[in-house]
Amino acid sequence: MQDKTSKGQLSVQQTPEKIFAITEGLQDTPTHYCPGCHHGVIHRLVAEVVAELDVLNKTILVEPVGCSVLAHNYFKMDCVQAAHGRAPAVATAVKRVHPDAVVFTYQGDGDLAAIGCAEIIHAAMRGERFTTIFVNNAIYGMTGGQMAPTTLEGQVTATSPYGRSGAHAGAPIRMSEMLATLDGAKYVARVAVNTPANIKKAKAAIKEAFARQLRGDGFTIVEVLSACPTGWGMSPVAADKFVGESLMKYFPLGTIKAAEVETHGA
Amino acid sequence: MSEKVLMKGNEAIGEAAIRAGCLYYFGYPITPQSELPEFMARELPKRGGIFLQAESELASINMVYGAAACGVRAMTSSSSPGFSLKQEGISYLAAGELPCLLVNVQRGGPGLGTIQPGQADYFQATKGGGHGDYRLLVLAPDSVQEMYDLTLLGFELADKYRIPALLLSDGALGQMMEAVRLDHEVKPVPDKPWAVTGRRDRETLNVVQTLSLDKDTLEEHNRVLQDKYALLRKNEVRYEALNTEDADLILVAYGISARIAKSAMAKARAAGLKVGVFRPITLYPFPEEALYETAQTTKAYLVTELSCGQMVEDVERVTHSQQVHFYGRTGGNLPCADELFDQILRIMQGKEVGGRAR
Amino acid sequence: MEHEILFAGFGGQGVLLAGRMLVYAGMMAGKEVSWIPAYGPEQRGGTASCSVIISDEPVGCPIVTKPSALVVLNEPSLDRFEAAVRPGGVLIINSSLVRRKCMRTDVEAFYVPMNDIAAECGNVRYLNMIALGSLACAIAAVPDEFLQKAFVKQFGGKPGMVEANRQAAMIGAQCIKNARRMAGVR
Repeated sequence: MQDKTSKGQLSVQQTPEKIFAITEGLQDTPTHYCPGCHHGVIHRLVAEVVAELDVLNKTILVEPVGCSVLAHNYFKMDCVQAAHGRAPAVATAVKRVHPDAVVFTYQGDGDLAAIGCAEIIHAAMRGERFTTIFVNNAIYGMTGGQMAPTTLEGQVTATSPYGRSGAHAGAPIRMSEMLATLDGAKYVARVAVNTPANIKKAKAAIKEAFARQLRGDGFTIVEVLSACPTGWGMSPVAADKFVGESLMKYFPLGTIKAAEVETHGA
Repeated sequence: MSEKVLMKGNEAIGEAAIRAGCLYYFGYPITPQSELPEFMARELPKRGGIFLQAESELASINMVYGAAACGVRAMTSSSSPGFSLKQEGISYLAAGELPCLLVNVQRGGPGLGTIQPGQADYFQATKGGGHGDYRLLVLAPDSVQEMYDLTLLGFELADKYRIPALLLSDGALGQMMEAVRLDHEVKPVPDKPWAVTGRRDRETLNVVQTLSLDKDTLEEHNRVLQDKYALLRKNEVRYEALNTEDADLILVAYGISARIAKSAMAKARAAGLKVGVFRPITLYPFPEEALYETAQTTKAYLVTELSCGQMVEDVERVTHSQQVHFYGRTGGNLPCADELFDQILRIMQGKEVGGRAR
Repeated sequence: MEHEILFAGFGGQGVLLAGRMLVYAGMMAGKEVSWIPAYGPEQRGGTASCSVIISDEPVGCPIVTKPSALVVLNEPSLDRFEAAVRPGGVLIINSSLVRRKCMRTDVEAFYVPMNDIAAECGNVRYLNMIALGSLACAIAAVPDEFLQKAFVKQFGGKPGMVEANRQAAMIGAQCIKNARRMAGVR
C-alpha cells in the first residue's frame, strides 16, 4: 500500500512500496526470445529459486546450444557455454572442480534428447550432483523449426513437412521417464509454465531439485514443457493451449521420481 | 640428482601431469594409450585428484573444457581414432582460450587402422584439426624422459598463453620403458582471474563462451588468437640439431622416427658420410628459421615419418629445397636404422628413394 | 656394445617381467636401456614378447627385429623368430616345450628344460626367472650385482620370494655354464 497524505495524495517524499521487481538472479536486460516463448518465464523461475535459496553467488550456469545459447546475458551468474549436447559433460567437470557450487545445465530437447543423449544419460547414471533444466518444446527453435526427438507424431515441422510419421521417425522420446530408471537420478519431474497454476508448480519442482542438489543428492532434472509459437506457427495463446492439450497428453506432468533423501557425509 | 626410475612412456606422462598439479583426468579407453588412464585411475585418488572414465571421447574432451573453464589443470588422452572424436571440443577449447593438456598416442590409420605405432596425425595436430582458425602448441617427445619433461612444459605453456597444448606421441613411445629422472622443478600454477567459480565476492561475472554473433567481435577474437600464435612462433620454438653444420644430408624426423634417424646418422657418420639430424620438438610452432638456416649449407634432406608424407610438406615449404626426399612406413611398421641408411646411400649416390611414391 | 634381446613365449609365461628385470638391472648398471612389449588385442594364452636393449650408446629404435639374443619359451616363438637372430648371436630354447632343435648353425644355441627345472623348484611360475638367469649368464650384458638388485626391487616386498626367484635364476645360469663347459667353449 502506498502512503497517502491527509489530502489523499501521494507524497513525493515517500517511496512507493515495491510490488514487483526483477529477481536479483537475472540481469535487467531485454531478451532475444520471441513473443510467447516460455524461456523467459523459465529463466525467471530458476533465477528466483536460486535467489531464494541464497546461493546466487555460488551458482554456475552451463548453457547449451539452442535458443538459450545467450542465457549468460540474462542470468546474473558465472557461466560456461557448452558445445551442442555436451552441457552434462561440462557440468560434470564444473561440479567436480567446485563441489560447493550450485551447478545447473539449461538444455533444450535437441540438445538433451538428440545430440546430447549419451551425455545426459551417463551424467544421470553417475549421479552427478548438478541439476538439469530441460526445456522441451518439441522442436528445434533456433535453427528454424526442425523436427526434434520430442516432436509429436503428426506434428508438422520444417523437416517433417507431412507431419512426424512414427513409422519413419519413431515415436517421440520421453527422456524423463527414461532417466528416472537410473539409480543415480534422484529427482525427476515434468512441469509446464502455460498457466499461472502450472507456473507455481513448476517453481516448486525447480526449487526441490536445487534444494536436493544443495543437500548433496544425486542427479536432479526438471523437464519443462514449453511453447515455441514461432516454431509451431501459432499465436502465443494457441501455443499455450497446444502445450496443455497436446504436449501434456504425451508428456504427462508430475513428479516422476523423488528418491528417498539420503544423508551424505560430505 | 635424483635416482632414475624405469617407466613406460604413457605412465611418465601421468606422473609428470600429477606433479604439474593436474588433478583432473577425463578419458576413454583406447589402445595404445590405456596405461595412462589406468595410471591416473590408480594414482589420482591417492593424490587428491579425480579420474573419470567418460562415456565417450566427446564427453571426455568436454569435461576437460569444463574443468579448464574452472581454472584447474586438466587433461585427456587418446589415440588416433579417439583423438579425431575430440576435435570438436578442441576447437571450443582453443576458442575459449582454455589451457589444458591433450595427449595423442598415435597409431596407424586411417579409419580404425591399427593399434601399432603411427605418425599420420601430423596434419590434424599442426594445421587445425577441428573447425575454425586455431592452432595448438604441439610438442613431440622422442623418449620416455621427454614424455615426462614435455608434459610439464605443456602445462606450463598452456597456462602462460591460455591455449590447449598437445603432446603428440606414438604407440612405441607410449608402450616402451626407459629410465627417467623425475627431478624437474615445477613452476607454480599462475592465477586465473577469468576462471568460472561462481561469482563469490567478484563484482563482475566470469563467462566462458565461444559464440560471437557480431562480425567484428569475432574478427577481433580471431586476431587475438592469431597474435597469440605469432608469440608462440617467436618465443617457443624448440628443436634438436645434431651434426647439421657440415652435413651434406640432413634427416628430418620427430618422435620415434627421430630415434631411428639418429641411429642411421651414427651409422652414416661411421661410414664417413656427412649426415645430420634435425628434430623438431615443437611441431607447432614449427622450427622454421632454424631449419631454413640449414638449407644454406646442406645439399639435401631426407624426411622420415610413420606416414605417407605429412611433415615433409612443412620441410619443403620452409627450406625451399629441391632436394627434399621422403621415406615413410605405415601400417604400424617402423623402419630399422639399416633401412634408413640404405636410403641415405641412395640419395648420396643420386638414386631414387623408395618407401612410397612422392 | 649393444645387446638387442627378444624374449618370446605364451602369455602368462612371464616374458614381459623377465625382460623388465633385465632392463632394470641394466639401468642400475648405468647402461642405456629400453623395453617394449609387442602389444596386440588382449588374448589369454596368446603370444607375448618383448624387446630389450642394453647398450653403451643411446637407444634408437626400441623394437628389436634382428636380436643379438633370442629367448624362446615355446615352439611357435622359435618358428617365428629363429631366422631373425644375428649370426653369432645367442639362442636360448625352453626345451621342456620346444621339441625341435635349432636349425641355425651360425648361432650359439642352448637348450634349457625350463618347465622341468621350475617344477623341481616347486612352481612352474619360476620359468621366467630360469630364462632370465640363463640369458643373463649367456650374454653377460649386466654385472651380476645389478641383476641381484633387480630381484630385490621386484620381490623385496614378499618374504622369501627374493631368494626363491634368485635361486631359480641361478639354476638357469648354471645350465648355460654347464653347456658351455661341455661344448668346450669356455
